[in-house]
Amino acid sequence: MQLSTRHLLGIRDLSHTDIETILDTALQFKDVLQRPIKKVPSLRDVTIVNLFYENSTRTRISFEIAEKRLSADIINFSASGSSVSKGETLLDTVNNILSMKVDMVVMRHNATGAPHFLARHIPATIINAGDGINEHPTQALLDAFSIRERLGGLEGRKIAIIGDIMHSRVAMSNIQLLKKMGAEIMVAGPPTLIPKHLQEAFGVRIEYDLQKALQWCDVANVLRIQLERQNQVLFSTLREYSLAYGIHRRLLDSLGREILIMHPGPINRGVELDSDVADSGHSLILEQVENGVAIRMAVLYLLSGKT
Amino acid sequence: MSEQRIIMEKAQLELTLKRLTHQLIENHHPFCDTCFIGIQPRGVAVSDFVVGYMRQLHPDLKIDYGRLDITFYRDDIRNRIHLPSETVLPFSIENRKVVLIDDVLYTGRTIRAALDALLDNGRPSRVELCVVVDRLYSRQLPIHPDYVGRSIDSIVTQKVKLYWDEHPRVVLYDSL
Repeated sequence: MQLSTRHLLGIRDLSHTDIETILDTALQFKDVLQRPIKKVPSLRDVTIVNLFYENSTRTRISFEIAEKRLSADIINFSASGSSVSKGETLLDTVNNILSMKVDMVVMRHNATGAPHFLARHIPATIINAGDGINEHPTQALLDAFSIRERLGGLEGRKIAIIGDIMHSRVAMSNIQLLKKMGAEIMVAGPPTLIPKHLQEAFGVRIEYDLQKALQWCDVANVLRIQLERQNQVLFSTLREYSLAYGIHRRLLDSLGREILIMHPGPINRGVELDSDVADSGHSLILEQVENGVAIRMAVLYLLSGKT
Repeated sequence: MSEQRIIMEKAQLELTLKRLTHQLIENHHPFCDTCFIGIQPRGVAVSDFVVGYMRQLHPDLKIDYGRLDITFYRDDIRNRIHLPSETVLPFSIENRKVVLIDDVLYTGRTIRAALDALLDNGRPSRVELCVVVDRLYSRQLPIHPDYVGRSIDSIVTQKVKLYWDEHPRVVLYDSL
């Protein structure tokens, strides 16, 4: 087996070499995706269940396409409309699915640590597709892949992660990955949405002024305001947030140099990003989605070996 | 512990590769409906030499040359995950003759995977196989080379490797 870990629970468990291996492998899968026959037989003896306890469009479709392009057999499970609503526990649900001979589980759950819990209790390989506010490793990998593709590398690049850092698993995974790959990281947003320990724990810069953050960075990774995870008032209104932290054309033009804009989706247009920025040539957003399939193919492929 | 024997030295290896090149030229000149494809990673050193020499001999002709990675088509993926190399096919193989070039032909499984990988890129009119070393009597699949540098008898426990560094050579290892 080529990766140092059996599961992909978080960027935390990956080494620098693991990340390089995944990005390099994804590059070859991206090539496969450009061909007329966009499919390889690598996982034709592997059965994968996509276990989604939380809503998802991009990640779920992206994993599903990646699995199909690798010729795996797949089962889609979403919590709504299943026996989960009748009170079945996570472990029971998964054990029942596993007795149907499943090799890998791709899992999204609103509880932090749910995939780690499964990894301890069941024999299948677990891939975390987002757990609570903890990690979303494949998103960070595809972000890194997209930056590397455009800028040639990650080392020494200045990446600003902007917006709702506190509730963002994308931010957590990105910070850890970029740090391992030697990039410089800044988080920017309203003080109420940035955990103070980040500077100490990860050595990231903290900036509360959007203009200064944009002035500093090569790439701005803009995050969505996660209203569904906020149970207290951390800023007054979306309109006020947008005035202070929304990125629009005029702001980018005032920088006097070009920076790349990324967003993990779904975009709240007019809140954190204006349409004229999201749809411009600076935007990597659709490339991120395209690269997501190649990254997920690489992760599934590399974790599919015998243990 | 293993004992090693050099079965082809640099001068001999180059001579053999040049002979293979001439055979390919004889059958495929002027190359308009033929393309040459080296199999990643080890066949590429050989195909680089062969196609390079061919271009030297026919500088005025366009010779299509690509590299094919077979990693995702292997039949032993579950036992060991291999890392892929680059596939570069900057031309269409549809309805054309393809010559696959590899270093050592042993069980035939690599070539089986290469055929699958190739067919996912189009439908060639004909596929030929050119190898430097053919390990006789060890095939596990019905695959036969069309151009052979050297045929050798070997047993299962032995290994044959072609090196293409500052001292190009073919080495036979005896496992003890």
